Amino acid sequence: MPIRQEIFAILVCIGVVIFIIDLVRRRRLREEYSVLWLATSAIMFFLVVKYEWLEALTAFIGAGLPTTTLFIFAIIFLMLISVQFSTKISKLTNQVKDLAQDNALLRSEIEHFRRRGGSGLSDSEEG
Amino acid sequence: MEKVLVLIPAYNEGTRIAAVVKRVQGVVPDYDILVVNDGSSDNTAEEAAVAGARVVSHPFNMGYGVAIQTGYKYAHAEGYDFIAQIDGDGQHDPVYIPRLLEPVIKGKTDFAIGSRFLEVDSYEPSLARRIGMAFFRKIVSYITSTRITDSTSGYQAFSRDVIRFFTTEVFPCDYPDADMLITLHLAGFRIMELPVRMYSNVEGKSMHSGLKPFYYIFKMLLSIFVTLLRKRNSIGR
Repeated sequence: MPIRQEIFAILVCIGVVIFIIDLVRRRRLREEYSVLWLATSAIMFFLVVKYEWLEALTAFIGAGLPTTTLFIFAIIFLMLISVQFSTKISKLTNQVKDLAQDNALLRSEIEHFRRRGGSGLSDSEEG
Repeated sequence: MEKVLVLIPAYNEGTRIAAVVKRVQGVVPDYDILVVNDGSSDNTAEEAAVAGARVVSHPFNMGYGVAIQTGYKYAHAEGYDFIAQIDGDGQHDPVYIPRLLEPVIKGKTDFAIGSRFLEVDSYEPSLARRIGMAFFRKIVSYITSTRITDSTSGYQAFSRDVIRFFTTEVFPCDYPDADMLITLHLAGFRIMELPVRMYSNVEGKSMHSGLKPFYYIFKMLLSIFVTLLRKRNSIGR
């Protein structure tokens, strides 16, 4: 791998790690979502530094060039991230559904008690 | 005496919901009526309440399956023994509510589903819809070993055990029909189909428009497939 390409790849890996850790530090990114990003950066870093590992991996998967291997793994990583987001969105959708149902049932109960005058709840108490 | 709830899911049915509630009251005056207003932008909730129904309103529209599950959660929390469920658009003739409930109350079945194809006076759906219905009813009838002619029917009656079962995450909120019947069968519930009269939707409003039929077929096939893959104890009662 040309030295310029190697330096650029290393800088990108280090940059991604610093950026992700800073997002976690500022509580803009939860730790659970940082795992895949940090793991991928670490793997890319070692593959660039240990070029013989990248060549061995390229030969193992039958790719033509080491850079192709890096692209393949980058795409696999993006797919994993997308699947992780999809599963999280599915979970959040269920949670939103349950919360909205509970909200609707509680609101109905409050209104029912209000009409019967037996709750003693005021607007401010309901919040 | 048994405690029965008539559940009516409704979305933007402000012009028709009061008439539906009144007709149900005329047929079964002793039963409580719950209208689940699924985030309607019109006066559905007010019309239903004025007509005498108890109303639960979603804060936003979440779809038919979520609306009926809200009704099941209400029934479960309030300790109802049975639910009779009809659509809020006036397609289902409430006269058949006692007939659907009778075998459930007598313990002959756990889940009664009304079929428009067993009643001669019912309307005929479009050809494309009939083909889709025929395809899924073959699958459901084969898997459940029960003759099901109208697996998409929302006209249903069922017992307390089914109510509780439907409040859990096993209930398929996204188009609950063929896969719901298979889930019920795998959980050991008895299913019975009875004739009911259904009218055509005069305003032509349908949950199966645009690209939705394609998604429906995909979703239903996938859902049936994964339901069969699941271990029976994971969908047990």
